[in-house]
Amino acid sequence: MSESRPDSTPTPTPTPTSVSTSAGGGIAVRTLARLAGCRSSTFLARFAANPAGKLALLLLALTLLTAFAGPFLAPQNPYDPAALDILDARLPPGSAAAAGGTYLLGSDEQGRDLLSAMVYGLRLSLLVAGAGTGLACLLGAALGLTAGYFGGRWERLVLALADLQLSFPALLIALALLALSGPGLPKVALALAASQWAYFARSARVAALVESGKDYIAAARLQGLSHARLLWRHLLPNCLPPLLVILPLQLAAAISLEATLSFLGLGAPATEPSLGRLIANGFAYLLSGQYWISLYPGLLLTLAVTAITLAADRLAAVLDPRRQEG
Amino acid sequence: MARRLLLSFLLPLLLLASPALRAAGLSVGLAADVSSLDPHYLNAAPNIAVASHFFETLVAVDKDGQLVPGLAQSWQAINPTTWEFKLRPGVKFHDGSPLTAEDVVFSLDRPASLTQSPGPFTGFTRAISGKKVVDAHTLRLTTAQPYGPLPLDLASIFIVSKKAAAKATTEDFNSGKALVGTGPFRLVKFRRGEAVELARFDGYWGEKPAWDTLTLRILPADAARLAALLAGQVDMIEGVPGADVARLKKDARFRLEQRVSWRTLFLQLDLFRDASPFVTDLAGKPLAKNPLKDLKVRQALSRSINREALAARTLDGLGVPASRLVAPGIPGHGQQPAAEPYDPEGAKRLLAEAGYPQGFALTLHGPNNRYLNDEQILQTLAQFFGRIGVKTKVETLPLAAYFGRLRHADFSAALLGWGSLSGDFALRTLLGTPDEKSGWGAWNWGRFSDTRVDADIRSALASTDPARRSRAAEAAMDQAMQQLPVIPLHHQVATWALRAGLTYPARIDEFTFAAQVRPR
Amino acid sequence: MTFILRRLLHGAWVLLAVSALVFAALYVVGNPVELLVDPQADPADTARTIAALGLDQPLWRQYLTFLGNAARGDLGTSFIHGVPALSLILERLPATLELAASALFLALLLGIPLGLWAGLRPTSLAGRLIGAASTLGFALPAFWVGLMLILVFAVQLQWLPPGGRGETREVLGLSLSVFTLDGWRHLLLPALNLALYKAALVVRLVRAGSREALAQDYVRFARAKGLTESRVVTGHVLPNTLIPVVTVLGMELGALIAFAVVTETVFGWPGMGKLLMDAINALDRPVVVAYLLFAAALFVVLNLLVELLYGWLDPRVREGRQ
Repeated sequence: MSESRPDSTPTPTPTPTSVSTSAGGGIAVRTLARLAGCRSSTFLARFAANPAGKLALLLLALTLLTAFAGPFLAPQNPYDPAALDILDARLPPGSAAAAGGTYLLGSDEQGRDLLSAMVYGLRLSLLVAGAGTGLACLLGAALGLTAGYFGGRWERLVLALADLQLSFPALLIALALLALSGPGLPKVALALAASQWAYFARSARVAALVESGKDYIAAARLQGLSHARLLWRHLLPNCLPPLLVILPLQLAAAISLEATLSFLGLGAPATEPSLGRLIANGFAYLLSGQYWISLYPGLLLTLAVTAITLAADRLAAVLDPRRQEG
Repeated sequence: MARRLLLSFLLPLLLLASPALRAAGLSVGLAADVSSLDPHYLNAAPNIAVASHFFETLVAVDKDGQLVPGLAQSWQAINPTTWEFKLRPGVKFHDGSPLTAEDVVFSLDRPASLTQSPGPFTGFTRAISGKKVVDAHTLRLTTAQPYGPLPLDLASIFIVSKKAAAKATTEDFNSGKALVGTGPFRLVKFRRGEAVELARFDGYWGEKPAWDTLTLRILPADAARLAALLAGQVDMIEGVPGADVARLKKDARFRLEQRVSWRTLFLQLDLFRDASPFVTDLAGKPLAKNPLKDLKVRQALSRSINREALAARTLDGLGVPASRLVAPGIPGHGQQPAAEPYDPEGAKRLLAEAGYPQGFALTLHGPNNRYLNDEQILQTLAQFFGRIGVKTKVETLPLAAYFGRLRHADFSAALLGWGSLSGDFALRTLLGTPDEKSGWGAWNWGRFSDTRVDADIRSALASTDPARRSRAAEAAMDQAMQQLPVIPLHHQVATWALRAGLTYPARIDEFTFAAQVRPR
Repeated sequence: MTFILRRLLHGAWVLLAVSALVFAALYVVGNPVELLVDPQADPADTARTIAALGLDQPLWRQYLTFLGNAARGDLGTSFIHGVPALSLILERLPATLELAASALFLALLLGIPLGLWAGLRPTSLAGRLIGAASTLGFALPAFWVGLMLILVFAVQLQWLPPGGRGETREVLGLSLSVFTLDGWRHLLLPALNLALYKAALVVRLVRAGSREALAQDYVRFARAKGLTESRVVTGHVLPNTLIPVVTVLGMELGALIAFAVVTETVFGWPGMGKLLMDAINALDRPVVVAYLLFAAALFVVLNLLVELLYGWLDPRVREGRQ
């Protein structure tokens, strides 16, 4: 039975993030190229030199495209309740929508177009994981660099705290924090940061120890540079490479962790589901054969994590050719 | 020779196979975890359901919510503030000792002594101001004011053996030491989180259950519970997931028992603040006045809901559109008042008439792990409201955090489900003018207040005549619902799935009393 | 000896820090009494309940009381069950240990042979497939794989049950389900699910280790001596790859118990992890805190054991620490 509905579903507006992302991508490539000591074009060529690299680039491009250009192309804004129709709930892939159009991958239990929900969900997952890992990197770098540079009691304190974090699995730390703070995506980002910062801190400290012994640092101190300037201008840029190698791997782990937390109900809310939450929503219908709600988001999630992991491996190989190929 | 040998092997096997000689055991899959076997520890449905296999109450409730004699054969109000209960003679506890009025007095006193209880039963014993043992089988209870619902309250207090439970802790009940009741089953073993094993009590006074042994398996995960039924590991389950009902109906190996339950869901609204925390204009800025205080707005919201679609799609048919706060058949519901018809155009008109032609913005709140598909109900409501111009967001919380904030009036529009066997009780708590001293309106955070409704409720509560009570409750309900202080949604449908050869009298209070399962 | 003492002290400090962190953060959560108080209860009853459960004391006093109790083995009483939180955890411990141990066993059973194959024949199709599968094993979300296992084996093929634990038998005072056929039918899918990540890890370790070992001189000498290939592999390559596997797995045991939270949720396995998730949703604070402390203690003990084992295996570590 059909009933009258207000006309068009609101068209998704282009989000600023998509524009800045392509700019950001360009900056990233240039920075990485500089670290590898070559031109951007050479860097990309080296990156894509072997089949794994080519695959990594392809998957990465696919993932980023889906996440950030997807909202333009998605037929529906799944986060707007007024755009949904409960009478279209749980339709199998290929079904026709009451308002016209087709649900290519089926619809979920609220009548959301699964394809649109997956695209929006991927973007959400990437944003949250990115924020969490970014924060972990900043925090870890700050603590690790200062620990390696200043040494003494500060270093011992940082090491002790890092040790504490590293003794426990990331999932447990995140669960503990979310159990106490309550669910929500911003809190998930904080929990991700809290469970990952020690990796960055450890790397940064080792790099700082190595660099601090070098001549140019001693020279800068003799020149009377303040600690802050030294850390920011001289130490940090030279300690970046190991951090940037860890970053994508941690990002992949963060995406998986966010998905797990959302699946357990501690992350994304049901009204704006990330991929993990979509999978959780579909769990109840698995036994009655409505598998698509859980199946496809999982595939997309695997794709994203694989893409970033492969890219991370390849990046490590390019930046440090002495490393053995994984 | 060989043939005789063969026969001597086969005959015992044949005998073993015959149903008459096989031990008849029943296995049931429960949907919620039992936290304790102490019948006075926690007022929660799973605990009550399991306790009812071991213990009984003075007054019992039949499957339609009507009061019937339990351990008390009869009762009556001999004067407005005194009730006399006559106990059934010849009732024995599991340890062989007889039931006396002393045990009843002890059991009525015990809830107040459990100070560690997170959800005590004291609410049901509070009205009793005096107890007098007339003889071994007669008890008189006095109340401070005339109090009609006393028998209903007593239906919630299980009678334990004073001898066995005199100094017992909760652990003593879980281990079985103090678990001495008058019910049809005894405890064999309590494997927390996994199962409760029971054996028939042959000295039971009432109708003998059809089963020698009973296993109540605890399977809170929907998928696992359904799978256990399909695999034959349990003979019956409660709480059949909505998505699987259709499939089970078509499967000849199983049958379903369904009925409209007492659980009614509705949307409570903020009726007392001019600046409600979660109501704004479409741009997010506060409004001059609170649209929810306007009857036309509430009617608009109610009419925008397609209750049929909600019941059919969101609830998979496990809901019946509602217009009252108690289920059909419960005193106070009245004669088949129809649910608000679906009329989105009319709703938009009403909104415009009320002064909100563009609509406004609202956030709905609710629990996410309490009622059937609660989170999804709210999302579907957001769809309906959105279509008439009320831009709606949904926020859900786990129950533990939700109820506290709800009663604290932290929200503007919030979901609540209520199961009551009596309309006057429900109204008193949900819509009675709030009064801390008397406990009225404990859940009326929206602060609806109407003196006529209050008066009707009071006269219902004071009537010791059930028919008069029922009429007064209906009058109160009609008067209240005309003003739509809350938006009724639906009554839940309780579903049980059983092996094809079994039958169970589906209960309005959603309890699963395995003792009542019988072969067809 | 001082090595052991130092590690024990370290463990104690970790526990204290964790307890303080957990307790401090705990009080951000809402009021759990509301869930459990009878809707009909009046404010007087509610106040009495709050007092009885000790929720109205100042924070520091609650913490000190808590520490004192913890030292005596009393980690609080569950709000919902009314029994000591620690006893709830210990009741569920056998189920989780059973799951974790089975997962570890499966991870080794699958991972070592596959890793060895990939290490010995890295350029073959099988070797490359195994390598790709191990990468995939890290990328696949464990909870999703669990759902897919249920979909395929329980719904479509109907070979195995979709959840729950099978029949148990009392062994040494513990209720275990590994000894019954029904138990194994229920254990197989969750154990496989939990083992996935670890198996991928084992494959990578064994592959890398065996490739490294193959390049060593002693292998070439062994071959030159005329030993058969299988002797070379089992006698020389394998043992050297197992040391890093053992040490890594020791540290990963703790992670297995933590990840069991997800597996137990997906398969409805009645272990500690499921208890934690139920407690989180019901705001049963004592159980959440008890679980976190118990898990912390477990990890500390496991780490200690691994360090001692490593110290025993590699004397250089011991000297270095003195």
